[in-house]
Amino acid sequence: MNLLLADYLPLVIFFGVAMFIGLALLAAPFLIAPNHPDSEKVSAYECGFPAFDDARMKFDIRFYLVSILFIIFDLEVAFLFPWAISFKEAGLFGFWSMMGFLGVLTIGFVYEWRKGALEWD
Amino acid sequence: MPPALAIYAPIFPEIFLALAAMALLMYGVFGGDRESEVPGWLAVLILAATGALVLMQAPGAVQLFDGAVIVDDFARFMKLLILGGSGFALILSFDYLRDAKILKFEFPVIALLSTVGMMLMASANNLISLYMALELQSLALYVLCAFRRDSVLSAEAGLKYFVLGALSSGLLLYGCSLVYGFTGTMSFAGIASVLQTSGSNIGLVFGLVFILCGVAFKLSAVPFHMWTPDVYQGAPTPVTAFLAAAPKVAAFAMLIRLVEDAFPAVATDWKQIVIAVSVGSMLLGAFAAIGQTNIKRLMAYSSIGHVGYALVGIAAGTPEGVKGVMIYLAIYVVMTLGTFACILAMRRKGGHVEDIAELSGLSRHQPMLAFMLAMLLFSMAGIPPLAGFFAKYFVFTAAIQAGLFWLAVLGVLTSVVSTFYYLAIISKMYFQEPAANFEPMPGKLRFVLAVTGVITLFLFIPINLLVTAAEAAARSLF
Repeated sequence: MNLLLADYLPLVIFFGVAMFIGLALLAAPFLIAPNHPDSEKVSAYECGFPAFDDARMKFDIRFYLVSILFIIFDLEVAFLFPWAISFKEAGLFGFWSMMGFLGVLTIGFVYEWRKGALEWD
Repeated sequence: MPPALAIYAPIFPEIFLALAAMALLMYGVFGGDRESEVPGWLAVLILAATGALVLMQAPGAVQLFDGAVIVDDFARFMKLLILGGSGFALILSFDYLRDAKILKFEFPVIALLSTVGMMLMASANNLISLYMALELQSLALYVLCAFRRDSVLSAEAGLKYFVLGALSSGLLLYGCSLVYGFTGTMSFAGIASVLQTSGSNIGLVFGLVFILCGVAFKLSAVPFHMWTPDVYQGAPTPVTAFLAAAPKVAAFAMLIRLVEDAFPAVATDWKQIVIAVSVGSMLLGAFAAIGQTNIKRLMAYSSIGHVGYALVGIAAGTPEGVKGVMIYLAIYVVMTLGTFACILAMRRKGGHVEDIAELSGLSRHQPMLAFMLAMLLFSMAGIPPLAGFFAKYFVFTAAIQAGLFWLAVLGVLTSVVSTFYYLAIISKMYFQEPAANFEPMPGKLRFVLAVTGVITLFLFIPINLLVTAAEAAARSLF
């Protein structure tokens, strides 16, 4: 076990160095950078004219909903590929496991459809 | 039933509960989105039916899915507690949800799904199924905490619980991967046999520590308790009741099976941690609750203390200790649900109130409610002959038998300290000038309060039944 661990010593050193450099670069500006803020410097800059509104604008929550729904079906495909490849090895148990998974997903899909999550207006 | 399915009979309760939850979801979404108590009552019925399925199973241990899931007497005992805790917490929820205008059918569905996760936690027999069950339970709870989404406090509670819960899941998962890396197996029995033959090493200890950190988060034990007061205060009160009862049982079931089945060979290692966590929780639960003015926050610290007391039984590491924890959890669930029934009764025209000061002089207006709450608080403090006394009695006895005298003494001392803040509430109710009266208590709360109150008051008569059941269940682990 110790031999095995000794093999990874370079990796530990690598991470140690990486962390040191990363933290040092993060900390250095706080210590040495000149810092003289005034109201013009810290306000939002918008192509030479006064800013209309805040840069943190609101956008429609439905974008978020669509992306969440997308992730679910994206994951489904990620599961389906390896399942399809190893279909013969997985056997009947594997088949029904996936059917169960798809069934649960379908229930969720029916729910979001009925709830109107797929309609834009 | 085809014979191929018959081998899965031991987890039919979970399968039934999961399918019923999905059916309920379909019922709700096709039945139109109106405010109704029907889905909630259906959920209570489903939980009762699941409990009946669990009760109908023959005693003995069965492993399923290549040992990923084990169903034994211990799991069944814990599952019945979980189902009871969830069911009564659901009954508590109706009136509050109606008042807050969030009486939606999703609430019972999410609660049911969380219950499925909790039941699987009690049955998890390898690291993967443990993690899956834990996540199912936690994800559902995050949603419930933020269920009153137009309230800033509730949204904050949900977000806080989610971020810290995700962090703790990460810790747990990292620990699992370390343990897998150093033992080469996922199953609890496999890990135990590897440790038996090749002994422990530093990497494995790290894995164990990370796993215990993750579990301590879920248990809200010191030093991973910081989310508890904020989440308990911010979450809608019935969700707090739900959160304080069943998930604690599930997390304890998971922890007990993990340390007793997978890590018996490194018992000295995990016992140190469990003892430290237990001492911290008992002390914090006793002292930090003293200054609280919000009753839900006070209950959060009280539950941290109770987790500490229950951990004393695990620290003993004996069958008596596990028996003590099981009795403790059973009684804790009953007392907690009863107390939350009283908290939910703190309702005026303008809505629910949560300040302890609002309870002033409650004994003049509603002597019965004041009596019940006083009795439950005495029980939490561990005054005989109420149920809470027996809870503490069995864990402390187990600790003494295991030679942990100082831990038992510390437990008794901290419970004396905690008596102070329980008594402070009681003295407010009985000896101070009355505040304005509360609205009359709804029937469902009365029902839950009556059931839990009677159990708390009269448990000393049939206590042997509970002890025998817990003893038989604990024996299946050793």
